[in-house]
Amino acid sequence: MTAQTLYDKLWQQHVVREEEDGTALLYIDRHLVHEVTSPQAFEGLRLAQRTPWRVGSVLAVADHNVPTVDRDQGIADPISRLQVETLDRNCAAFGITEFAMADPRAGIVHVIGPEQGATLPGMTVVCGDSHTSTHGAFAALAFGIGTSEVEHVLATQCLVAKKSLAMQVIVDGVLQRGVTAKDIALAVIGEIGTAGGTGYAIEFAGGAISALSMEGRMTLCNMAIEAGARAGMVAVDETTIDYLKGRPYAPQGALWARAVAQWRQLVSDRGACFDHVVRLDAARIKPQVTWGTSPEMVASVDGRVPDPAMEADPVKREGMERALRYMGLSANAPISGIAVDKVFIGSCTNSRIEDLRAAAAVVRGKRVAEGVKLALVVPGSGLVKRQAEAEGLDRVFADAGFEWRQPGCSMCLAMNADRLEPGERCASTSNRNFEGRQGPGGRTHLVSPAMAAAAAIAGHFVDVREWCGA
Amino acid sequence: MMEAFTMLEGLVVPLDRANVDTDAIIPKQFLKSIQRAGFGPNLFDEWRYLDHGEPGMDPATRVVNPDFVLNQPRYQGARILLARENFGCGSSREHAPWALADYGFRAIIAPSFADIFYNNCLKNGLLPIVLEASQVDDLFKAAGGEPGYRLAVDLAQQVVRTPEGRCLGFAIDAFRKYCLLNGYDDIGLTLRHVADIKVFEERRREAMPWLF
Repeated sequence: MTAQTLYDKLWQQHVVREEEDGTALLYIDRHLVHEVTSPQAFEGLRLAQRTPWRVGSVLAVADHNVPTVDRDQGIADPISRLQVETLDRNCAAFGITEFAMADPRAGIVHVIGPEQGATLPGMTVVCGDSHTSTHGAFAALAFGIGTSEVEHVLATQCLVAKKSLAMQVIVDGVLQRGVTAKDIALAVIGEIGTAGGTGYAIEFAGGAISALSMEGRMTLCNMAIEAGARAGMVAVDETTIDYLKGRPYAPQGALWARAVAQWRQLVSDRGACFDHVVRLDAARIKPQVTWGTSPEMVASVDGRVPDPAMEADPVKREGMERALRYMGLSANAPISGIAVDKVFIGSCTNSRIEDLRAAAAVVRGKRVAEGVKLALVVPGSGLVKRQAEAEGLDRVFADAGFEWRQPGCSMCLAMNADRLEPGERCASTSNRNFEGRQGPGGRTHLVSPAMAAAAAIAGHFVDVREWCGA
Repeated sequence: MMEAFTMLEGLVVPLDRANVDTDAIIPKQFLKSIQRAGFGPNLFDEWRYLDHGEPGMDPATRVVNPDFVLNQPRYQGARILLARENFGCGSSREHAPWALADYGFRAIIAPSFADIFYNNCLKNGLLPIVLEASQVDDLFKAAGGEPGYRLAVDLAQQVVRTPEGRCLGFAIDAFRKYCLLNGYDDIGLTLRHVADIKVFEERRREAMPWLF
């Protein structure tokens, strides 16, 4: 048999049937649902008098609209409230498991799936959310879908899909202290561009990837979509298996041993062919900071804002000029001189326990700078929050002047009340620096949790490597 | 059933920016709607209006940005959007193609599209057409020149016809083309294969019971 990539294996194991042109009917094992992209899908089911094919495959949670303060008073915005209540009603009507807002297991859909063991190796995982690529960290084939596809999966347990090309991103070597999975992700996007992964499924491999925790791998796969790839993935190893053992939705007893034996096959075979290979040296990656309005507009913290005049491509040049106008930045300005108004630590990219530990380690015993109006920490789930509190991290943040909030998507996309005001500049651990993403006119700089924490303390970007072990 | 797509002839509006993301196409505050329709007035909201838009506002009372290309009189009634590379990147929100279709677009021409957005368009009778960058460049020059620049799209033949008589061929998966030409929605087609799905599912349940 020819050598297969991990992606080949995952794809092949889920093909129900295939058309002549290669369009396949792909079986879906896990369907995660949230309140924003599902109401029209449930309505479509109702109109066609259909019912979900397998409700046991579906796990639902409201995350985009939920408030991060005063939960007991409900959701103030009536339109947000209606959307969350619509999810509650749909789940009740169709018999779907939902973690309600007050449930400690609730949180960001891409945090709670893995946390519960509801994401397992070898699964196909879909959700009406582009950051579903996160779950690929478990050697699952996981990707975001639109609302029509949400309805399709609910009705048929399948998706009509065509196989992507396979890309391998190899990161060898050892990361410097203070450099994290987020910096790898941004460095990869800086290297291949936000459309570099379009049409590809990316497998991340190499020594630096193997050395990452599951949290780090989730951060990396989460950002695969920011490189244009619908899916990112990492092969199964001991780290994967150790993380899953004992999780509520993971197999137990004899089934666990059977599952683990199968999961160990979920690696790319030696000699498997990829359509494209990219290599990075981990030791050369520095802490990354985005300066523009696309994740590919990124620089190292010791670098400068680039000069559009040096760009030969006119479309790119104009894009850079527009981005600098929007961001209120000048060409050639040092990145470390950029002062921030707000700091956001959270989102499906960076709100897991390891992220909070890294941020807390930087702020311990220090104070948020005078010029910083708001520094927010929003844990990814109720269970992450509980764990952080058990470790005393909430006190570390509060003593430093951070606000410690309830879990949700929060200021990553500002669908709830947490947002930037026009012109405000934010060091954010989220995934998108698009115009208006964190609030109309808001200016986002994407960074790692340690870098965001350091920016909160210093009032501007600083090279967190100089703080590590200091 | 979605609206079938066969032939389209219409005015072209050029949106000369790369990496237009779905947050720009339809900002997040409008995603709170639980409806499928009514997103057209808020398409490109932050670029199209000078005031800040919120759900429920009457478009007639908004402050229109006269510089934004969609607001220019010469492009009113456009049905074909001309765009740059990586159009539709970012969030998977299907509200983006809903807003484009609700506004009146039936086709988008660009050198490349983001994957999820491309798929979402096809589910809504909105045809994403990939042409070579140089061809798209030529179309940008033409659509920005003489007012009233129109193109014809023939899906069956897979060509875009220019007024100068050029025929620009484009690729599309056979299955997707078949669905668009006939206005079929995927669910109905997939449900013809219920037996196959059930057999597959049973086999999977036996091999990997922990998934069920």
